[in-house]
Amino acid sequence: MDVTFSDKDIEFREEVRAFFRDKLPQDIAAKQIRGEPLEKDDFIRFQKLLFEHGWGGYNWPVEFGGTGWSAVQKYIFETEMAAANAPGIIAFGLKMVGPVIYTFGNDEQKQRFLPDILEGNVWWCQGYSEPGSGSDLASLRTRAELVGDHYIVNGTKSWTTLGQYADWIFILARTNTDVARRQEGISFLLADMSTPGITVTPVITIEGEHEVNEVHFEDVKVPAENLVGEEGKGWTYGKVLLQHERTNLAGVGRSKHRLRNLQAQTGRAVRGARPLAEDHSFMRKVAAVAVELKALEYTELRTLAAVAAGNAPGPESSILKFRGTEVEQAIDTLFLEAAGYYALPYVPEQFTLEFPEEDRVGEGPEARSSLQYFNNRKASIYGGSNEIQKNIVAKHVLGL
Amino acid sequence: MDFSLNEMQAMLVDSIEKFVANDYDFETRQTYAGSEQGFSPEVWKTFAELGWTAIPFSEEDGGIGGTPLDLMVVMQQFGRGLVVEPYLANIILAGGVLRRAASDEQKESWLQPIIAGERQAALAFVEPQSRYDIADVALTATADGDHWVLNGKKGVVLNGGNADLLVVSARTAGDQTDAGGITLFAVAADADGITRKSYPTVDGHQAAEIEFKDVKVDGDALLGEIGQGLTVLDAVMGDAVLAVCAEAVGIMQVMTEKTIEYTKDRVQFGVPISSFQALQHRMVDMFTDCELSYSLLLWATMLASEGDEKADRAISSIKYQIGEIGRKVGQEAVQLHGGMGVSWELDIAHYFKRLTAIDQMFGNADWHLDKLAC
Repeated sequence: MDVTFSDKDIEFREEVRAFFRDKLPQDIAAKQIRGEPLEKDDFIRFQKLLFEHGWGGYNWPVEFGGTGWSAVQKYIFETEMAAANAPGIIAFGLKMVGPVIYTFGNDEQKQRFLPDILEGNVWWCQGYSEPGSGSDLASLRTRAELVGDHYIVNGTKSWTTLGQYADWIFILARTNTDVARRQEGISFLLADMSTPGITVTPVITIEGEHEVNEVHFEDVKVPAENLVGEEGKGWTYGKVLLQHERTNLAGVGRSKHRLRNLQAQTGRAVRGARPLAEDHSFMRKVAAVAVELKALEYTELRTLAAVAAGNAPGPESSILKFRGTEVEQAIDTLFLEAAGYYALPYVPEQFTLEFPEEDRVGEGPEARSSLQYFNNRKASIYGGSNEIQKNIVAKHVLGL
Repeated sequence: MDFSLNEMQAMLVDSIEKFVANDYDFETRQTYAGSEQGFSPEVWKTFAELGWTAIPFSEEDGGIGGTPLDLMVVMQQFGRGLVVEPYLANIILAGGVLRRAASDEQKESWLQPIIAGERQAALAFVEPQSRYDIADVALTATADGDHWVLNGKKGVVLNGGNADLLVVSARTAGDQTDAGGITLFAVAADADGITRKSYPTVDGHQAAEIEFKDVKVDGDALLGEIGQGLTVLDAVMGDAVLAVCAEAVGIMQVMTEKTIEYTKDRVQFGVPISSFQALQHRMVDMFTDCELSYSLLLWATMLASEGDEKADRAISSIKYQIGEIGRKVGQEAVQLHGGMGVSWELDIAHYFKRLTAIDQMFGNADWHLDKLAC
């Protein structure tokens, strides 16, 4: 048994660290540190930067233009990315639709869609959930009817994250209603967001920001060539995608970084009073979360080591999503508590670059703590709610 | 990065599993626990013959030079088997002091018989008032020519009633809670002036209250340097925490497995109760807690093996985790077993009691979280 990274992995870590130190645009890092929301352009600039360095497909196999990195390397990359205050990867293309296309798509689709994802030219969004279909996704009602060489799509997709930025959307739609199991007859389609009949309406979330949308399809003509894989097999493809999504949801690297920031914050004097570090009951909560995070980190590393040794990830991987998001939310709560009264001001406009520094109420991390706390209640809901995750573990791991 | 067991560890797991399966079923364990000594001397002899009692000791000391990870897999398996033989008291606690502080002569007269399974030993470091502060030592040792004279009380001395040798922490200088001035002694349990009151503990083990009244020992009873005992005790506490936490992980795993099996078999309302979602999610949490605890145990044990500067924090982290999570998993296992969970007859109750006892020792969850919060 050996918990240390190999020399090669450590060398790799240094390379990644140096890259972020030297190449990450300072204005993006500054926004992250001050808690300012990133704009579309920030994400794209970052993706292009990675692409130019040959790291655009950090999680993809070499044959599709990816790095071919090992599970351990990907983990190191994500951890360093968080530690450098870099934006997260835009998941929709790189982690969601990309892997489905290169796994199930035809050559033409691979050539047409994959390079633009790597280069950050096309922004994708996800069309899974519907107003009536959340955890019970197989009940989805969006219809796609093949008429000639087009599918005619009708329906509504909801909770479409950053859909307002998107150039393309991947959707699950019902192509056949005459099926034995509801999971059959669902197809995986790709649609250009500028197609007539697609409209996007914002949904304002609890903290007051525009992050998610409803996407409406009214007699939208989607070329039949945009069907991925076989008609009626979309559920299977979508499940693969969700599994891919879930293993990336532990968020250990980002949580570690945030906890370090919190610990640093507690050491600072709180407006002339004594530092929070002297509040023993608060520090006990910080310590308890740190223990939980360490346990999660080593559970993730066990999974990676198993993959590196050529084994399928063990059952421990299935628990990463729900425990990872619980830890995330526990850290959100601690930041909120650390802010005290300064969790109260609701002045969202002060987080833009133009807003004069001297007019800001509260400091960066404090002022945003409540917005982050409210916004991130989503973490235990998206990607299959944590209750659904537990159903999956109960059935497939414990055999209940 | 590699979390797999090496050849020796895999062999240890295999042999202890076989021993438990063939010779140590729950009824047998209960018979041993209920006997006068509270364990089976024959089984203990077997442990010695198989080399299990020699694991943490160096080859010069007659051991096999095993690592903390080797001990971890042993303790985890003992936990699974709910083994009641005094491995902790002899090998980890008393043995832990002896291998660190004893002279060659002392090792020959005391440690080697312990490794051979011929003598029983105990570490007397808790006092009625000391709670988890091992520096709170009121028992005194006063120099008297070539001798030392011990006066005071030790409480809840694990295996104290069975011990031939008592390793005792005594105050030779300073105030009652000073870190300095604590000295360790190896005292024959039948020495004049020692009174022992032995009793069973809730988890099927045994302990003793021990009073020392003008107990006169020779100069060669002194273990290590005068006044420097706390450093040794601290290191031994670290070992003990890792050992009981590994045991606890084994216990939690078994309790979870048994709970899953039980709910699949138990039919109410015409269906197995495992089909109820209200129970399924709780079992998923139990399973998850076991996995996370095992991960943390690996981390802490490996840091301790490497003598890492963060080892102390790692040790407090795992003890906090086990105290907090062990209680949760234990209570859930009992709850999901319904009335059977609170029956003496069923093993689940006894696993739960051992898990509960583990939190009470070497600093409970609260105590270790306090250390981490500083």
